[in-house]
Amino acid sequence: MDLTFSNSDLSFRKEVVAFLEEEYPSDIKEKQDKRVPLEKEEIIRWQKILHGKGWFAINWPTEYSGYQDLSVTEKYILQEELANVNAPTMIPFGVGMCAPVIYSFGTDQQKEKYLPSILNSDVWWCQGYSEPGSGSDLASLKTKAETKDENYLVNGTKTWTTLAQHADWIFCLVRTETTEIKQEGISFLLIDMKTPGIEVKPIITIDGSHEVNMVYFDNVEVPKENLVGKEGQGWNIAKFLLAHERSGIAGIAALKRELRRLKDLSSDIQLGEGTLIDDPQFRSKIEETEIELTATEFTELRTLAAMSHGGSPGAESSILKIKGTELQQTISELFVEMLGYYAHPFYLENELGSNETVGPDYAAPVMPHYLNFRKVSIYGGSNEIQRNVISKAILGL
Amino acid sequence: MDFTFNEEQTLIQGQVEQFIQKEYDWETRQKLSNSDLGFGEKNWKTFAELGWLGISVSEDNGGFGGSAIETMLIMEEFGKGLVVEPFLETVVMSLGLLDRYGSDQQISDVMSEVINGKIHLALAYAEPQSRFNLSDVVTEAKKEGDNFIINGFKSVVMNGPVANKIIISARTSGKQMDKKGVSLFLVDSNTAGLTKTDYKTVDGRRASDINLENVTISNDSLIGSLDKGFGLLDEAIDRSILAISAEAVGAMEVLYKTTVEYTKTREQFGTPIGKFQVLQHRMVDMFMEYEQCKSLLYMATMKNEEGSLDAKKAISGLKYQVGKAGKFVGQQSVQLHGGMGVTDELNVGHYFKRLTTIGTIFGNADFHLKQYTSL
Ligand SMILES: Cc1cc2nc3c(=O)[nH]c(=O)nc-3n(C[C@H](O)[C@H](O)[C@H](O)COP(=O)(O)OP(=O)(O)OC[C@H]3O[C@@H](n4cnc5c(N)ncnc54)[C@H](O)[C@@H]3O)c2cc1C
Repeated sequence: MDLTFSNSDLSFRKEVVAFLEEEYPSDIKEKQDKRVPLEKEEIIRWQKILHGKGWFAINWPTEYSGYQDLSVTEKYILQEELANVNAPTMIPFGVGMCAPVIYSFGTDQQKEKYLPSILNSDVWWCQGYSEPGSGSDLASLKTKAETKDENYLVNGTKTWTTLAQHADWIFCLVRTETTEIKQEGISFLLIDMKTPGIEVKPIITIDGSHEVNMVYFDNVEVPKENLVGKEGQGWNIAKFLLAHERSGIAGIAALKRELRRLKDLSSDIQLGEGTLIDDPQFRSKIEETEIELTATEFTELRTLAAMSHGGSPGAESSILKIKGTELQQTISELFVEMLGYYAHPFYLENELGSNETVGPDYAAPVMPHYLNFRKVSIYGGSNEIQRNVISKAILGL
Repeated sequence: MDFTFNEEQTLIQGQVEQFIQKEYDWETRQKLSNSDLGFGEKNWKTFAELGWLGISVSEDNGGFGGSAIETMLIMEEFGKGLVVEPFLETVVMSLGLLDRYGSDQQISDVMSEVINGKIHLALAYAEPQSRFNLSDVVTEAKKEGDNFIINGFKSVVMNGPVANKIIISARTSGKQMDKKGVSLFLVDSNTAGLTKTDYKTVDGRRASDINLENVTISNDSLIGSLDKGFGLLDEAIDRSILAISAEAVGAMEVLYKTTVEYTKTREQFGTPIGKFQVLQHRMVDMFMEYEQCKSLLYMATMKNEEGSLDAKKAISGLKYQVGKAGKFVGQQSVQLHGGMGVTDELNVGHYFKRLTTIGTIFGNADFHLKQYTSL
């Protein structure tokens, strides 16, 4: 057991800090610091900068990324420093989800075709799993892919598809066969969003933003070579991917930054003779959150350490998903509480950064963020489902 | 002990309930909330015609002399319909104060106009630094000859955009936090030097930030006596807490019932999700929170009406409970609806948003727990 960083870790940290000072574009930083949503172009620009340094697809095997391998500690340091400067979080659908499936289950041709453009952020992916009738019970999905000559003919509806309005490609779970055990008829299919018969319709969420969509498939022809793995293997692939999706979901480094920010801002808010942070009730909430966050951080570090010794993120990643999202929600709630009445004025996405907003200059995005983050305990397998997983897989109930 | 309503009260409750059912379906509510005005002018006329605007005004001043029970019943029904018409702001917060403490002149200027639905009012008490403390007042009113000159700033004044007259708290003596030295003024919103920045709030309503620069008003704009406005304001806010808590109770009732209904019909894993015990217990907790709030609401409303000595403590206890319960019921309704819960289209998210602002308005749970302890 040892909590100290080695000398080489310390010099790695210096390298990261120096890199960020040089390369983190000031226009993106300004928007990020104001908590204003980024344009697609800005996200891509930033991902490309990280990729140039070999710090984008850090979880890929190096044979596919061409990167120098980073140790678990180095990855941790990198995440922490990226969060410290509030760099944009990467969009996970390509680099964190689709790519691992392709390099783990795809053919050599598929690897050649898809991986480089994901690495370069040239192609934007979205995730087509959920359907109106199939959320928590994903295996009941109905979107059908029937064989027609050399192609699949895809019909059905996907929903809650994040950022589909920007996506070039979508990876889908589709039903290729009606089987007794519904999991067995599911396949993993890559679909070009430009294919005729696909229609994307926005779903507006309670924070007034357009982040998710309905995606309709009406006789969409998809080449058979776009199948990843074998027909009927889709469910196993999805399970593999969910573990991937969950292991990064806690977002610890960003939470630490936000909690610091909460402390800083609330110690500037006058309350009676002192400041808000001196208020015993508010302060104890911050401190309870900090303790929970530290515990979650070390739970994650223990999980990562086990993984680096050849373990796989099993049901433990469900702990991180639950704790991480609860913390995200708690902290977003404390920001609302901190603001008092000035959490109430409400602006749409495109107005958030304007000079029209009232109250402290950081106020406008606080409520939309709180509202938007109600999603985190719902998506990626709801927290109820995660608790079911833990009770079954770990507690054996 | 008696928890039944009298005939008139039952009548008005039924009237409001019917209005919501007939005139206030969800689509209409959204249209009104998204309109420029932010509510229905026609509805406001209806409220006036049905006598709701003057129901709690004393008979001497042209009202019907009803009690806080009538206001509670109206607000609870409004909570069910998520009504955006500014009844709370114009009638409960402002008119109630003038009814009790307005000068003859003020009453003859304002009362019938409001009761007939012709003008709107707002109460401007919060300032950027004041948080929930009603006596933390920096805005200053200086006496000069026959006038007062007001300088300062008022934050998030609910119903500010349409208010023709605004009751403004300002310091006429004492230090920043002193209760003594706060005075109330009735100010025309088009007085020179008064500028408003209007905006929408997250609950689909409207508010303004108000800047006051050398706003000159005559002596007879003072409400009550000089330096003694705090008590009047405090009372008005207490009545408003009762009213907004009634609204919250109505909103919570809709949310827990809507969620129960949804989980009966939404199927996953081949069964209605309402069959999962963890969700059943969650909904039982939501239901119990609602019942507990309703109990405190009745208790505090009656104590205040009877002028009981511990009424203030009861009101803080109620607001604490409403803050806590409203958050729980709101968040869990969203959670149990899954992705549907976070959509703008479904009404659930909008009830959740209103419960969120109610949690803050007139002081959040922390603030009222502290008040409760100190009383
Ligand atoms: C903002 C947002 C973005 C999303 N992005 C994507 C995306 O990009 N791609 C994609 O494919 N999907 C996406 N999703 C979909 C997400 O994965 C689903 O919303 C989630 O799986 C829940 O499904 P549901 O919404 O149908 O809720 P339901 O499954 O209907 O669940 C409703 C409630 O019942 C509970 N419940 C269900 N089953 C059980 C059980 N067995 N035991 C106890 N409780 C249970 C749930 O926890 C929830 O509280 C997104 C969702 C949101 C809100």
